[in-house]
Amino acid sequence: VSAFRCPECGFTYDEERGNPREGFRPGTPWSAVPDDWTCPDCGVEGKPDFEPAG
Amino acid sequence: MTTVDVRHSAEPELTPAAWTDSKRYAWLLGLLVPGLPFMAWALVEATGIGLLWFFGPLFVFGVMPVLDRVIGDDTANPPDSVVQWLEQDRYYRWCTYLYLPLQYASLVLACWLWSRGDLSVVESLGLALTVGCVCGIAINTAHELGHKRASVERWLSKVALAQSGYGHFFIEHNRGHHVRVATPEDPASSRLGESFYAFLPRTVTGSLKSSWGLEALRLRRGGSSPWTIENDILNAWAMTVVLFVALTATFGLSVLPWLLVQAVFGFSLLEVVNYLEHYGLLRDKREDGRYVRTAPRHSWNSNNVSSNVLLYHLQRHSDHHAHPLRRFQSLRHFDEAPELPSGYASMIVLAVLPPLWRRVMDPRVLAHYGGDVTRANIHPPRRERVLRRYGPGKAAGPAT
Repeated sequence: VSAFRCPECGFTYDEERGNPREGFRPGTPWSAVPDDWTCPDCGVEGKPDFEPAG
Repeated sequence: MTTVDVRHSAEPELTPAAWTDSKRYAWLLGLLVPGLPFMAWALVEATGIGLLWFFGPLFVFGVMPVLDRVIGDDTANPPDSVVQWLEQDRYYRWCTYLYLPLQYASLVLACWLWSRGDLSVVESLGLALTVGCVCGIAINTAHELGHKRASVERWLSKVALAQSGYGHFFIEHNRGHHVRVATPEDPASSRLGESFYAFLPRTVTGSLKSSWGLEALRLRRGGSSPWTIENDILNAWAMTVVLFVALTATFGLSVLPWLLVQAVFGFSLLEVVNYLEHYGLLRDKREDGRYVRTAPRHSWNSNNVSSNVLLYHLQRHSDHHAHPLRRFQSLRHFDEAPELPSGYASMIVLAVLPPLWRRVMDPRVLAHYGGDVTRANIHPPRRERVLRRYGPGKAAGPAT
């Protein structure tokens, strides 16, 4: 699994692309994303709520 | 609870023609708000009554509460099958975009009127408060725009915030308030026993500090210092500086104090609305120490038609917090959501009169928690007093 999806709004974190705006360089593994990080689009769900998305 | 996923509606697609949005053209009435300074000017010209420069606050706090009562509620929801169609209809977006040119046209008009020098101080103040209503309600427009993924809408959100100098709202609201809503950690969620006058300084300073912390954390993760134009708080505030400098350079230094008055009045109007939206409501903690997911029961809702139409459904706040990316036209009413007794305009008038506010709202908070006050978000300095008044064994009567 290399992508993780917010169950509320569908925002997807892809390890390969990272998320430079959020400060995660391309290639940043999901495990390196802090546990208290929350969905940047909806703010409803946190990292532990994200679902594997392929 | 019936929550419907906007993206994966399994129901057969309904032809939009089979359902009509009864509020479709009513959303254009939201554009009356940035028209208030023009109306004030016309009314003063027509009647010669200088006090009509206060037309903005007279309309928002006088006329709108009456309209709330007269027009009443509407609990209708769009059928789930038309939501996707509703969300992609760009007409609704234009209803919000058009607020901005009118907002800034009214600000320029006000600066021209102030600079002419023929208004008394009281009349200038009246005009500043009228423009302040446009400025505060522009934060509501910015709120609708700032929740969206499209970069054009996010940029327009910051433009709408420039007039109030509240650019940090764009960060704090989405990344701070939405995450911590209805918890003691959120500066923008008011607590049972907390008056608006205790809440105002707490939310203004707390939200500012929190937004800076969130933005600095984001930038530092990427290896950048927070002191960069990439900082969305700094670039949003820069818009305010450019705006105020340009207006002062054009119309003279005499407009600057009024620009500040309208900005303070504008963001105070936003904060009094924040005060109404989650008063006393508290999310439970789960066993792992995290708060339960935000649900409609964690925000006060209001189905008042007139205030809702002028505020792009902001009062359908329970659905908004449970599903923040839903566009205003598709926000729903939920039976499980606690309901304010009237629209925001009326509730603001109560909020600035704390004894009246407590009398109306405290029993509603108690009723929401089945009479168990300990389940509410209680203001710590008032905890003893609140427990004495509403604690176990006490009747859930109104405060005296």
